[in-house]
Amino acid sequence: MNSGKVVASFEIAYRGCLASDGTLCGPLPEFAADDELLRRLYRAMVRARVFDTKAVNLQRTGKLGTYPSCLGHEATHVGVGSAMRPEDVLFTVYREIGSKFWRGVEMLDVLLYWGGDERGTCYRQTPQDFPFCVPIASQMPQAAGAALAMQIRGEPRCVLAYVGDGGTSQGAFYEALNLAGAKRLPLVCVIVNNRWAISVPVSAQTAAQTLAQKAIAAGIPAVQIDGNDVLIVRQTVSEALARARSGGGPSVIEALTYRLSDHTTSDDATRYREAAEVEAAQRIEPLIRTRTFLESRGLWNDAAEAELRRDCTAAVELAVKQYLATPKQSTDSMFDHLHARLPPALRAQREDARRYAALKS
Amino acid sequence: MGKMTMVEAINMAHAFEITQDPSVVVLGEDVGVNGGVFRATAGLQQRFGKARVQDTPLAEGLIAGAAIGLAASGLKPVAEIQFMGFIYPALDQIASHMARLRNRTRGRLTCPLVLRMPHGGGIHAPEHHSESLEALLCHHPGLRVVCPSSPARAYGLLLAAIRDPDPVMFLEPVRLYRFARQDVDDDGQALPIGRCFVLRAGTDLTIVSWGAMTVDCLKAAEQMETEGVSCEVIDVATLAPLDLDTILESVARTGRLLIVHEAVRTAGLGAEIAAVVAEQALYDLEGPIRRVTGYDTIMPLYRLEHDFIPGIARVLDGIRATLAD
Repeated sequence: MNSGKVVASFEIAYRGCLASDGTLCGPLPEFAADDELLRRLYRAMVRARVFDTKAVNLQRTGKLGTYPSCLGHEATHVGVGSAMRPEDVLFTVYREIGSKFWRGVEMLDVLLYWGGDERGTCYRQTPQDFPFCVPIASQMPQAAGAALAMQIRGEPRCVLAYVGDGGTSQGAFYEALNLAGAKRLPLVCVIVNNRWAISVPVSAQTAAQTLAQKAIAAGIPAVQIDGNDVLIVRQTVSEALARARSGGGPSVIEALTYRLSDHTTSDDATRYREAAEVEAAQRIEPLIRTRTFLESRGLWNDAAEAELRRDCTAAVELAVKQYLATPKQSTDSMFDHLHARLPPALRAQREDARRYAALKS
Repeated sequence: MGKMTMVEAINMAHAFEITQDPSVVVLGEDVGVNGGVFRATAGLQQRFGKARVQDTPLAEGLIAGAAIGLAASGLKPVAEIQFMGFIYPALDQIASHMARLRNRTRGRLTCPLVLRMPHGGGIHAPEHHSESLEALLCHHPGLRVVCPSSPARAYGLLLAAIRDPDPVMFLEPVRLYRFARQDVDDDGQALPIGRCFVLRAGTDLTIVSWGAMTVDCLKAAEQMETEGVSCEVIDVATLAPLDLDTILESVARTGRLLIVHEAVRTAGLGAEIAAVVAEQALYDLEGPIRRVTGYDTIMPLYRLEHDFIPGIARVLDGIRATLAD
């Protein structure tokens, strides 16, 4: 190829702060002066994990449907949730309970959703947030639309949209970023690169060196961060949201983490990945380093840990109890939320469903 | 009041609703500066500004998805897909999200939006520009699918679509865009979604159709009148959810049913209407239900398009065959 002049070039920076051994490998963000905030971040990560463990167990004992574990993603999810303002809008994939819990979604909601009940999407604290999104990357154009609404109305709000490593292969991902770049929308996209899209590793997903660089083509600044470092996640997302809020346009953040669990409870990851890789990922998982860091600053000890675990377990048990005691919806619910008002042609079908349901009970 | 084409009436409905409802936002490919390839949004960006009338990147899935985000955020998007043949990339957003958002959030998040798209053939357009794909949309509970057949109905039904609390797919028959002029009052009066329009009363036969084919059905009915046959012509107008009552009531009176549509026959909406009439009104029928439809072929390039689209000759034969049984 003829070596012409360079007309475009790019770099992707990598940021980290809290190393896997709990020591610092970068400058501490300002918010780290707030001891209680640091403890809150850790507590939220543990809370997500305790819930997650229980949810998997519920599925194994036939009390919950298929469930996608968040094991190993807690720093990314809590860091993102804690960086957002309540009035912002969150678009998740299906694993990000750490973000949802931080924003006030209840454990009961998550159990109801994965337990086959639409009422689990009725987020009372953040009624503007979107529910879990199963068709991969299809949340992205909607997130761009929500950001466009904020721009049209001149609101100082932002959209935070998650996508996975596999999701960055979808056209919808590029289309949404393209719009966000072209219109400088208040959108922050966090790519959770947990290395595996079910059984397909990132190396088979793309020849790109980073997923962050996929934003460059849309004219959007991008950075890669340690997604197991809750401090750098919160800091990087906070900076991106502040920029978006003040009219500075969108950002893309690639958070490197690892899916320590199976894809979902229906998956068996031992079929396609080496135990040694998972063991190596265990050594850099997010909770241990955060606890070590807190202990090194005198902010945490065994007693605090024991109390936290007790509290989390009690909260989870209560939610499970409420979930298991929640009667299923009436068959009317299939019809009643289809439109604002039920079309007359559907009344007979609603009656049929009622009649057959009554026969069963 | 003035005599205007369907495309002018559609433009007028946009302007009326943008003026009276500050949440209305128009978006799509070429809808802004260019005013739409059919001129349906001509002049709107100049009148109402770039915030209210937005050109988007060239990506139908994005347009549909962004419209969902806008709608769930409290705005009223009226989005244009440039031709119905390009609806496929948007179907994931339409089927997986638009149709379902209200239901899956138990009413917390809703999708009050309009997705407009030119429908059908007959204007010598290139490949992929002449499709009649309403059945794809009608198969998704949660959507309303509307197809007007005159300038006045386009005006009134588009206003209703924009004011509807749920997603409305608005199919605009391309060969009616500039087919005829009609007096249309810019009075902001919406027409009801979910109701058929009886375009012509009759006693011997019910013809059920929609979109551009209603014009051929009316002409055929006029000709049959000279032969002493009285045809009732019903414009379904709202293809989903169907107004079955009007159709069933008509069939009960006439005893004969002919269904006419431009889309391919197999698994078309005509099959659904025929099935419902067979289920609910078989004993009102004096003979078999018949269909006159597009063939089960790929929509041909334009030199053969009027061989694909049922013309008056096929409609007349359909009427005579239905009456003869």
